[in-house]
Amino acid sequence: MISNNNKFISANLPWINIQINTHKIMEFFKSILLILFRSWLTVGIFMYSTHANAADDIAKIPIGYISQQVETPPNLSNLDVAPDNEGIAGGEISIRDNNTTGRFLKQEFSLETAILPKDADPLKTMEEMAAEGIHFFILDVGADALLKMADAAKGREILFFNATATDNRLRSQDCRANVMHIAPSRSMYTDALAQFLARKRWRKLFLVTGKRPGDVLFAAAMKKSAKKFGGKIVAEKEWAFGPDARRTAQAEVPAFTQDVDYDVLLVADEIGIFGEYLAYRTWQPRLIVGTQGLSPSTWHRTHEQWGSAQLQSRFVKRFKRRMRAKDYQVWAPVRSIGEAAARTNSGDFGKMTAYLKGDDFELAGFKGLPLTFRNWNWQLRQPILLIQPQALVSVSPQEGFLHEVSVLDTLGEDRRETGCKLN
Amino acid sequence: MSLMKGLKAGVFAIGLVCASASAEAYKIYVTNEKDNTVTVINSDGWKVEQTLNVGQRPRGILLTKDGKYLLVCASDDDAVQVFDVATLKLVKTLPSGPDPELFILHPSGNPLYIANEDDNLVTVVDIVNNKVLAEVPVGVEPEGMGISPDGKVLVNTSETTNMAHFIDTTTYELTANVLVDSRPRFAQFSYDGSQLWVSSEIGGNVAVIDPATQKIIKKITFDVPGVTPEALQPVGVRVTKDGAKAFVALGPANRVAVVNAKTLEVEKYLLVGQRVWQLGFSPDQKHLFSTNGVSNDISIIDVAKLKVIKSVRTGRFPWGVVATPD
Repeated sequence: MISNNNKFISANLPWINIQINTHKIMEFFKSILLILFRSWLTVGIFMYSTHANAADDIAKIPIGYISQQVETPPNLSNLDVAPDNEGIAGGEISIRDNNTTGRFLKQEFSLETAILPKDADPLKTMEEMAAEGIHFFILDVGADALLKMADAAKGREILFFNATATDNRLRSQDCRANVMHIAPSRSMYTDALAQFLARKRWRKLFLVTGKRPGDVLFAAAMKKSAKKFGGKIVAEKEWAFGPDARRTAQAEVPAFTQDVDYDVLLVADEIGIFGEYLAYRTWQPRLIVGTQGLSPSTWHRTHEQWGSAQLQSRFVKRFKRRMRAKDYQVWAPVRSIGEAAARTNSGDFGKMTAYLKGDDFELAGFKGLPLTFRNWNWQLRQPILLIQPQALVSVSPQEGFLHEVSVLDTLGEDRRETGCKLN
Repeated sequence: MSLMKGLKAGVFAIGLVCASASAEAYKIYVTNEKDNTVTVINSDGWKVEQTLNVGQRPRGILLTKDGKYLLVCASDDDAVQVFDVATLKLVKTLPSGPDPELFILHPSGNPLYIANEDDNLVTVVDIVNNKVLAEVPVGVEPEGMGISPDGKVLVNTSETTNMAHFIDTTTYELTANVLVDSRPRFAQFSYDGSQLWVSSEIGGNVAVIDPATQKIIKKITFDVPGVTPEALQPVGVRVTKDGAKAFVALGPANRVAVVNAKTLEVEKYLLVGQRVWQLGFSPDQKHLFSTNGVSNDISIIDVAKLKVIKSVRTGRFPWGVVATPD
């Protein structure tokens, strides 16, 4: 059964009672026809309540999804406009899979979604959903809004899954015990890239950074990753040519990239303002990597290994479009919650959370390795895909980068580097 | 016409027997997932005899009980193709439901039970009359298929639901759903029916289940020095007829584990080709073949000596393997 409730109804019975009461009054005054109608309706209600009684032993596990778009990407290429259901579609396919499994375990999952405008307060929506009985929340919001919700929910039966915020600080000094991070951190992304560059021996990196705070953070993470894996930033420039480079890039980029001896041009342009216009315009023939060109991602339409072809085809069949990274990042938490319910054979928040945070948790995430949470900051360990627009190029961690706990811990801040103190 | 065909086949068979130096020669068929072909290998000298064009994305492969027909899951064609073993010509296509991946025959030889990975179904097909007899809803991404020796219980594993579903083959009802570890890929009954082996690829173990009680007797885990635990991903399982040994293909660990099927302890690891998935015995069970998807070959294991004696090049991404007497 697919539940895609716009409005999560936790208590059906009061509504039915009101209907009955109204009818009792009506019955008093109206004709025999209406009485007949009433008996028909009563039968209907009776059947409904029998159904509800039979459904009593079904564990209902509603999941909230709160999305607030903070900054709209410019769609400079005018091509890849994000679909309206980006993210939610991944959640829905996961809900359906959970419910197929739930059939065998008497568990029923549903997704209540809230898409909020920029000026709305996600905390208010979260509290409304929590009042309706939702304990698990998937968040597609900025770091500050996420922390506000996490702090308001501290000590309560609420667990958050951060689907999209990549900020390192959320896994470090601003980590929270009630926030599990599905989205990789910026460092995981840049480490994935740096490992690949190291393997290719492309060591001399020319870093071009946009002006937005995200760009600066990505550049900072990239510098750290380069250092960690033996790369060298040989030059660093800020992109200062204004927002729309479509008609000017050919004139500006050659001069901008002249007089530097480098292997690859590393771009930090998270929302895609200028990065796409660097390729083929550099003074020397050089490849582009970073937020554009060869980029790190959690998912790609051409990813087909490790059984992912199956998820891809299920997705396309249902939504008539390809699955995107954000879809995957909502698929994964819904699936994790489903896994917790199945493994504990329970819809109980405490049991499920203990499983999610326990040593036995693992998610088959179509990446060839089990995905697990780092118990020092609740970051999901995961391989990172390195993609170009039409093809998957590689998957990090790269061969040969080893770690005493898990090769996946070669990506992102490790336990001993973290500033996270969970309490 | 059928008489003519029969005669021809007879003559052909006699010819082969005479030509073959070894009386025990047999053929090995390997599906090549990315090449849309089946590699045919003769056991006499382990030589590739022929490469047969089949449907798209061939994966599961088996032989009919009489050994006359080769059945191939052409996953991307949503069909099961039937080849005449004598002529290696396509003789018919069975209705299979979408995306057939693995399948198994009833011990009597009919019907065929197919896992439809995309549709959360097991399709039951009468292979003589070309008819779908039933569709059984199971968990998400059904793959592994095992059948009890008496043919009464069919077991399907669902890769995302992570269960072994027990299906009554007369009523098509699910009688039990056993939760196993992540991504169960394969199910195999022991020949006496007392054990059901289910491999969990991401979970990294093989659950041995008592089919009578549907309880897990033991989860067999693996440990290969120098191989990260995450790379130990069991897929294909084969148990010897005498119930003494089981072989487990360990995926990217490039090993086949040898398990004592009585004590359920791992005894040895055999180094084979890269990304080993499926296994198949020779008709006399003296040899075991492993499909190595990344190195594009099969490894031939001497079952008595527990040694890898040879590897034979196949097409790209060899997936399934089956052998038949010549």
